Amino acid sequence: MEFDPVLLARIQFAFTISFHIIFPAFTIGLSAYIAVLLLTWLKTKNDKYHRLARFWTKIFAVSFAMGVVSGIVLTYQFGTNWSRFSEFSGNVIGPLIGYEVLTAFYLEATFLGILLFGWNRFPNWLLALAAVLVAIGTATSAFWILSANSWMQTPAGHEIRDGIAYPVDWLQVIFNPSFPYRLAHMLNAAYLTTAAVVLAVGARYLLGRRFVEESRTMLRMAVGMIAISAPLQLFIGDLHGLNTLEHQPVKVAAMEGHWDEAKGSAFVLFGIPDQEVRENHYEIAIPGLGGLILTHEWNGRYAGLEQFPSDEWPPVANVFFTFRLMVGIGLFLILIGFWGAWLWWRGQLFTSRLYLLTSSYVWPLGFIAILAGWFVTEQGRQPWLVYGHLRTIDGISPVPAASVLGTLALFVFIYGIIFAMGIYYINRLIERGLSPEAREPSEGLPNRPLSAAEEATREALGRGPGTSGYSAQEMKP
Amino acid sequence: MTGMEWYLPLIWAAIIGIAVMMYVILDGFDLGIGILFPFTRKEEERDLMMNSVAPFWDGNETWLVLGGGGLWVAFPKAYAIIMPAFYLPVIGMLLALVLRGVSFEFRWVAKPRHQLWDFAFAAGSIAAAFLQGIILGGLLQGVEVANGQYAGGPFDWLTPFSVFAGVAVVGGYALLGATWLNMRTEGPVKSLGRRFTPPLLGFVLLAMAVISLWTPLSLPRVADRWFSTPNIFYLWPVPVAVALITYVIWQSLRRGAEFLPFAGTIALFILGYAGLVISNVPYLVPPVLTFWDAAASPASQIFFLMGTIFLLPLVLGYTVFVYWVFRGKIAPGEGYH
Repeated sequence: MEFDPVLLARIQFAFTISFHIIFPAFTIGLSAYIAVLLLTWLKTKNDKYHRLARFWTKIFAVSFAMGVVSGIVLTYQFGTNWSRFSEFSGNVIGPLIGYEVLTAFYLEATFLGILLFGWNRFPNWLLALAAVLVAIGTATSAFWILSANSWMQTPAGHEIRDGIAYPVDWLQVIFNPSFPYRLAHMLNAAYLTTAAVVLAVGARYLLGRRFVEESRTMLRMAVGMIAISAPLQLFIGDLHGLNTLEHQPVKVAAMEGHWDEAKGSAFVLFGIPDQEVRENHYEIAIPGLGGLILTHEWNGRYAGLEQFPSDEWPPVANVFFTFRLMVGIGLFLILIGFWGAWLWWRGQLFTSRLYLLTSSYVWPLGFIAILAGWFVTEQGRQPWLVYGHLRTIDGISPVPAASVLGTLALFVFIYGIIFAMGIYYINRLIERGLSPEAREPSEGLPNRPLSAAEEATREALGRGPGTSGYSAQEMKP
Repeated sequence: MTGMEWYLPLIWAAIIGIAVMMYVILDGFDLGIGILFPFTRKEEERDLMMNSVAPFWDGNETWLVLGGGGLWVAFPKAYAIIMPAFYLPVIGMLLALVLRGVSFEFRWVAKPRHQLWDFAFAAGSIAAAFLQGIILGGLLQGVEVANGQYAGGPFDWLTPFSVFAGVAVVGGYALLGATWLNMRTEGPVKSLGRRFTPPLLGFVLLAMAVISLWTPLSLPRVADRWFSTPNIFYLWPVPVAVALITYVIWQSLRRGAEFLPFAGTIALFILGYAGLVISNVPYLVPPVLTFWDAAASPASQIFFLMGTIFLLPLVLGYTVFVYWVFRGKIAPGEGYH
């Protein structure tokens, strides 16, 4: 049986990077939320913010660990799977990845240590500062990674000599045309996703009449955040779309299932794009609306797929459907935000069972939308690896398909186990809930929420490691 | 070659060389703990072993990211050859590190049904160390390159020499782990470390001797480097220093010293590393690519260097700080929930 090594390498990379992005997307948002909680606690002196910050820090620790181990893999996969791409682009985006390691990786690690291990050792202001710096670190990480990714989408500030890209202007490389939009879209997505998780957890507790005071705070903060960030996401997405239309028009044509400029610019609500016959089956479309969305002018025309050579088309159906999935979830979250804000205004936010029940299921939506969005933009870049310069087929490593297939199977097997266990443990932490104040765990079987549990135990024992040695007993939950 | 194009790759080779050495020493002892894991069956002893490295492993592994990322930034051509050449061992090593990394966390949550994570921690540590040795051995032997691309097969790295190097690295990391346990713990775990140190020390010396003979015998360029005049006059202190340090480790261990055996083992690693560097300078991918052949454009190396000059000392400062915060003995725990 013959396998296509390019397709296999793409599947493997898509799998490992999709697994990875789930955790940073959550920790970017969660670190900011924890920082806000701690700053509010400092300002109001209300202990419920402290309890919430501690609870979310435990979950943060689990997610962060899984993000770290899956992130290390990626640093090497550029070389193992895409060696020709690494050589082509190393001069230009290599330093961006390098700066991510040095500015963000270490900043996060440094102050995460203080945040996880420092609750009883350091003054409150230092804890809050650590949380703020971790939040800045995670966002800085996104800055560099998205800059490198955006350069692959809209390369700028470079020149190509002998088939290798060389930097000419670093500011143009870093702030390439699609970068500001992509960064804003992804950071806001991370905050929105986290707000949806906080909303779901708060709603779940309220339905079970647990931690009522803290849950109401979670609900208010989450609803407020979603009511603002979900519509904002639509606005940023629109700007991002216009930017894509300018720089990667064929991607937009695929996103919209838009085949031919001459046939108008209807907005396709539903359809099944068929690349063979070059049309959408079962299409339901609103004439002229597509033009309004993309040119901000009713019936405005924009290029369809037919206006480009078909060997430069991305896989149309994949891009079309994942785009609709992302937008659908985005619109639903706007509804959740506005509905919640309205109930809040009416004073029914904590009593509307229908709203609480609906909200308690929204936690995975942001993650699905983020994955869908990345599938749109990355598959939409095909057949290019570096848009306009290097085709995916030319970026691959000289590695036999069997090696890629074998390691892909290993990745699926091992990541599958780890993902299932990680979700299971996070769910157990949520089920266990907030601890009222520091005290020794009373359960027979202690659940050690990763590093955070060590800290909780240390707090229970009333002292930390370091000053006079620390014992294994202290390290145990 | 202008001045900048000459010295920039040297500076970067030094930075990446230091990052890799930091990784080998720091992750070496915590991988070593995993390698020694199967040698006790008692749960509380395993808890103590794991706890002795729990606060550090994450930071230790970051040096691997800097080593790999730095190689791409500063020497993209070498990165683009080494990674495909060692495709299977590199990915195997990463997956082994993933498994043992999450074991630190999952093992506690899973108790009392943690046997799976005990196994994952030990197997992951052993596999990661072994595959790192395989990559090292394969790289020393040389990589087939044509037109700037890897041109060999998927199993070119698998030779008696690379397998021997893999076993040697497992033994070396275990020695680092054993002397670490001797230094940082008390009770049965400490005696486990003490008991394993002499045989592991003997094995490491034997491995160093074998590699020191095997490489010059099979690779003329290495023989030429060490045994030609005047090189031999400058290089003879290296094996003498190895002998001296071995004596110090052995004597200090007999006296019951705690710090010296660990520090001596680190010194052995640094000497072994220096020996490999001497054998291979200036090759990054022996015997085809030198530092200068593989270098990124000067503009890229300078751009990353300007930040690294400030950021790397900060990172080192943080590492020292964390080790200082967690200094002191870890006593064996009795009261277990």
